[in-house]
Amino acid sequence: MCLAVPGKIVEISEGDPLLRSAKVSFAGVIKLVSLTCTPDAKLGDFVLVHVGVAISTIDPQEAEETFRYLKAMGELDGLDAAPAGVSPP
Amino acid sequence: MKYVDEYRDAALVHTLADAVARAATRPWTIMEICGGQTHAIVKFGLDDLLPPAITLVHGPGCPVCVTSADLIDAAVELALRPGVILCSFGDMLRVPGNGIDLLTAKARGGDVRIVYSPLDAVGLARENPARPVVFFAVGFETTAPANAMAVLRAERERLDNFSILTSHVLVPPAMRAILGSPDNRVQGFLAAGHVCTIMGTAEYGPIARDHRAPIIITGFEPVDILEGILLCVRQLEAGRAEVANAYSRAVRTDGNIHARQLVERVFEISDRDWRGLGVIPRSGLAVRPEYAAFDAARRFPRVAAPAAAPTECISGEIMRGIRKPHQCPAFGTRCTPEHPLGAPMVSSEGACAAYHRYRARTAA
Repeated sequence: MCLAVPGKIVEISEGDPLLRSAKVSFAGVIKLVSLTCTPDAKLGDFVLVHVGVAISTIDPQEAEETFRYLKAMGELDGLDAAPAGVSPP
Repeated sequence: MKYVDEYRDAALVHTLADAVARAATRPWTIMEICGGQTHAIVKFGLDDLLPPAITLVHGPGCPVCVTSADLIDAAVELALRPGVILCSFGDMLRVPGNGIDLLTAKARGGDVRIVYSPLDAVGLARENPARPVVFFAVGFETTAPANAMAVLRAERERLDNFSILTSHVLVPPAMRAILGSPDNRVQGFLAAGHVCTIMGTAEYGPIARDHRAPIIITGFEPVDILEGILLCVRQLEAGRAEVANAYSRAVRTDGNIHARQLVERVFEISDRDWRGLGVIPRSGLAVRPEYAAFDAARRFPRVAAPAAAPTECISGEIMRGIRKPHQCPAFGTRCTPEHPLGAPMVSSEGACAAYHRYRARTAA
């Protein structure tokens, strides 16, 4: 029920904060979404949408940093794995 | 799909699972709070990738599962009231109460409508000005802003035929109740990432400290979940109990202040009866007296309350991590998604439904 899906803002209808909304694309499927809780969300941003309401803007830098860290861990694993394969612990 | 597909990367999933196996030197029991995480774990078989030392147990983060049977009875009563349109998320329709479920109420002539958003229910109130429209507002902190917004929009539009039947629950009091129970097994938590997009992380520090349990804010894709497990195991092994955020692309430390302001305008904290867990003090949200006109519980006093029916459902033990779904004697036999004894077999987020759907053969 707390399911929230990331989608990209493709059009914003400005106006009253309680009614501010956007067209959001979920891999091509467009839905109308409330932006009342994300007043700073801009065109092109990715928002997490839960029951028709954007609850958070996705931070692309944080996403990228996490990925760099995880990928680096994977590469280190590769290095770990090579000698371990030759001489098992 | 961006921000989804890359978090299902198989190589990364295996790298993380291997890292967990290297980190775990002793047995640990970790609970994921959210039913969405439970389903991802069972669907992708993430628990099968983990070393035997790690046991995942499945928490109460399924609003459909913890809504009390008495509130379902209240919704049924409203659905059968002449003229009323009762709107609900689809998952609620087949959840047994003490009497009939909402689907049966619909079959008996009740006007029950499935909606995707509480804002859709406001639209129905606008289109049907002569009829009372009630939205069955279940959910955790994640859903509270949308439900508050529905009330505020109805107020703005003077839709005096709109109201909500509230069954709102809060995560941190339930975590404390689980950790404080004498038969508790949980040593660390994966906290529900989407709840934290609203609430931030501040509530969890005192819980981690008081109960010596690491709490990792965790997302919902396989890479997210395994990263959460890895961070949790590393803390457990090191004897640490801190809050860490493994879902920083979506969760800010201070959460979403705009969303919380909406919630605080419409709701206040109240005691709440959790199905399977009992009453937990200050663990729910109720409509503030200022918005009593939009509170279905105040507008439509109950006519009758069916007596609590005895049940062999052990959902309370499952949601506290004491037992797993397939350890229930009724699992898959007397309790199935077609004929559920309890809510976790119905909901798309219930642990029993997940085991039945993805693991029926091994569990049988």
